[in-house]
Amino acid sequence: MSVLLAFTVAALFATGTFLLLQRRLSRILIGIGLVGHGTNLLLVISGGDGGVAPIVGTGNREEFADPLPQAFALTSIVITFGVTAFLLALGFRSWQMTRDDVVEDDVEDRHVARRTQDEFVLEGEAAERAQAAEEDRS
Amino acid sequence: MNALIPLPIIVPVLGAAVCVLAARVRWAQRIVVLAALTANLVVSIVLLVRVQDDGIGVTQAGGWPAPLGISLVVDDLAAIMLVVSSIMLLTVFVYAIGEGQEESRYAAFGSVYLVLAAGVSASFITGDLFNLFVAFELMLVASYVLLTLGGRPGQVRSGMTYVVISLIASTFFVVALALIYAATGTVNMAELAVRMPELSHGVRVGFSLLLIVVFGIKAGLFPLFFWLPDSYPTAPTAITAVFAGLLTKVGVYAIIRTQTLLFPSDAQQGTLLLVVAALTMVVGVLGAIAQDDLRRMLSFHIVSHIGYMIFGLALFTLAGIAGAVFYIVHHIVVKSSLFLVAGLAEFRTGTDRLSRLGGMVRSAPTIAVLFALPALSIAGIPPFSGFVGKFALVDAGIQSEKWVIVAVSLTVSLLTVYVMSRIWSTVFWGVADPSVEARLATATGRMPVLMTASTVVLVLLGLAIMVFAGPLYALAERTATQLLDPSQYVSAVLGGRS
Repeated sequence: MSVLLAFTVAALFATGTFLLLQRRLSRILIGIGLVGHGTNLLLVISGGDGGVAPIVGTGNREEFADPLPQAFALTSIVITFGVTAFLLALGFRSWQMTRDDVVEDDVEDRHVARRTQDEFVLEGEAAERAQAAEEDRS
Repeated sequence: MNALIPLPIIVPVLGAAVCVLAARVRWAQRIVVLAALTANLVVSIVLLVRVQDDGIGVTQAGGWPAPLGISLVVDDLAAIMLVVSSIMLLTVFVYAIGEGQEESRYAAFGSVYLVLAAGVSASFITGDLFNLFVAFELMLVASYVLLTLGGRPGQVRSGMTYVVISLIASTFFVVALALIYAATGTVNMAELAVRMPELSHGVRVGFSLLLIVVFGIKAGLFPLFFWLPDSYPTAPTAITAVFAGLLTKVGVYAIIRTQTLLFPSDAQQGTLLLVVAALTMVVGVLGAIAQDDLRRMLSFHIVSHIGYMIFGLALFTLAGIAGAVFYIVHHIVVKSSLFLVAGLAEFRTGTDRLSRLGGMVRSAPTIAVLFALPALSIAGIPPFSGFVGKFALVDAGIQSEKWVIVAVSLTVSLLTVYVMSRIWSTVFWGVADPSVEARLATATGRMPVLMTASTVVLVLLGLAIMVFAGPLYALAERTATQLLDPSQYVSAVLGGRS
C-alpha cells in the first residue's frame, strides 16, 4: 500500500514540476495543484500504517490511525486552496490587462543588462577610435 | 507572564477582525490598527523585560502538555525580534497613512497589515515546526495581498513570480515536515531537539539542508534570492519597507532557530553556510551597483546584508551568533529607514530613477540629512551601529580563523560605501533632470508631516542603537549563550519530562 502511495507521490511531483516550469500561469497553477496533492499525500503517508478512526471510546487504541498527519494535511489543503484562488485572481487580472497570463521576465533587469552592454559597446568604439588615431599619427 | 505570550498573535488578529467590521470608516480602521500595533509593542517590551528576569517563558495552547499541544515559547531572541518588529510595523503604518498611496486607502489595507503583523509575531514565538509553517503562510498570504493590492501591471507581473516562488518554498517546507514527522514522530521543536540525535547522521544532514533551502528562499540567500529585487520595489514604499525590514529577517530568524535548536553540531552546516554567506554578500552588492532605480538598488542591498547575518550564524560561536543578532536588530531599523527616505525623495520629486534625481542636498536638505545618517550606518562607518555590528562579526570571524570570509566581508563593506556614495553623489549632489527640477521648484517645500515624522523616529532609533550599543551587545551575547545551549529551551518547554 505504502509503495503504491509512494509511486503516486513521485508521479504527482514529476508532472507538477514539469508544469511549474512552464511560462503560462494557468499551467503553473495546475502544476502547483499537483505538487500540492503530492505533498498532502506524503503527509498522510508520514503517519505510518492506516487503522480505524481515532475517536476516543470507540475501539482498541492499538488499532487507531495517527490523527496528527491528517490534521496537517487538512491545514495544508486549506492553505493551498486559498493561495490557488489568489493566484487565479492574479492570472485573471493579468489577462484583463494584457490578454495573456504569461509570467514575464524582470523588465528592469533586462534594462540594466542592455545598458551595461551599450556601455561596453561605447567603450569598445572609443578604444577603436583611439587606436585608429594612434595609427594615423604613426 | 505566561498569559501574555499569545497576545502578540491574538491582538493583531482581533484587530484585523474589527477592521473588517469597520471597513467603511477609514479613520476608525486606522485607529484600530494603531491601537493594536501599540498594544503589541507594549506587550513585546513587557515580554522582553520578563524574559530577562524569569528566563524562557512557555505557554501550551489549549492546555495540552508540550509534545501534544502547540507550545508558544518566548526566549531572548524571540523577545528581541518581537520588540524590533512591532516598533517597525507601527512607525511604517504611520508612514503609510501619510504617504496616502492608493493602496492604503483600500478597505482591506488595515486588516491585511494586521494579519501580516500576526504572522510575523507567530513565526517568532511558535515552538512547533508545523505551527511555524502556518505562521509563515499567514505572513506570506498577507504579503501577497499587500504587494498586489494596487493591481498595476508591474505589481501583477512581479506578484506572479513572488507568489509562485513562495509557494514552492512552502511546498518544500511541507515535504520537510512530512519527512521529519515520519522519522521522529513529532513536530514540537523541543521534542525534536531531543529526538534528532537518535537519527542517523545522513538523515540529520538531509533535514538540515532541506530546512536551509526552505528558509533560504524566504531569507533571500544566494542563489535563491532572484525573486527579491524584482518584486519588492513594485509595492508602495511603506510596504516595501516592511518587506525589506521584516520578511527576510523572519527567514533568517527561522534559519538561526532551526540550526541552533534542532541539530546537533555534526549536522550544522557551518562551512556550507559560510560559502553561501560570502556569495550572498558579493552578488547582492554587485547587483546593487548595477541598478538605476533607487528602491531596486536598496533591495539588492538587502540580499548583500543577509549574507552578514548568515556569516555570524555560520561560525556557530558565541561571538558570531551575538554579532548576527545585533546585526539583525540594526539592519531591520536602518534598512527600513533608508526605504522610507527613498520614499520621501520619490514623494518630493515624482521619480526614483538615479539618472533623473539630483541636487537634493539644496532642494531638500532634511531628506539629505535623513538619508545620510542611516546610509553611513549601513556602510559601517564608525561610530554608527553598522560599524559595531560589522566589527563584532569580523572580530568573531578572526577569532574562528575564517580568513576568507573576513576578507570578503571587508571588501563587501567597501563596496557598500561605494553604493551609498553613488546614491549620495547622484541624488543629493549631481544635477537633476529638468522635469524634476521644475517639480521641486513648484512644490511648496513643505514636508509631508506624518511621513517625515515616522522616518525621523526610525532614524533616531538607528542612532539609539549606536548610543546603547554596549547594553544591546550584552543582550545579544546573552541571546547567543541561550541559543548555543538548547537544553535550556528544551527543559523550559518539556518541563521535568526531558
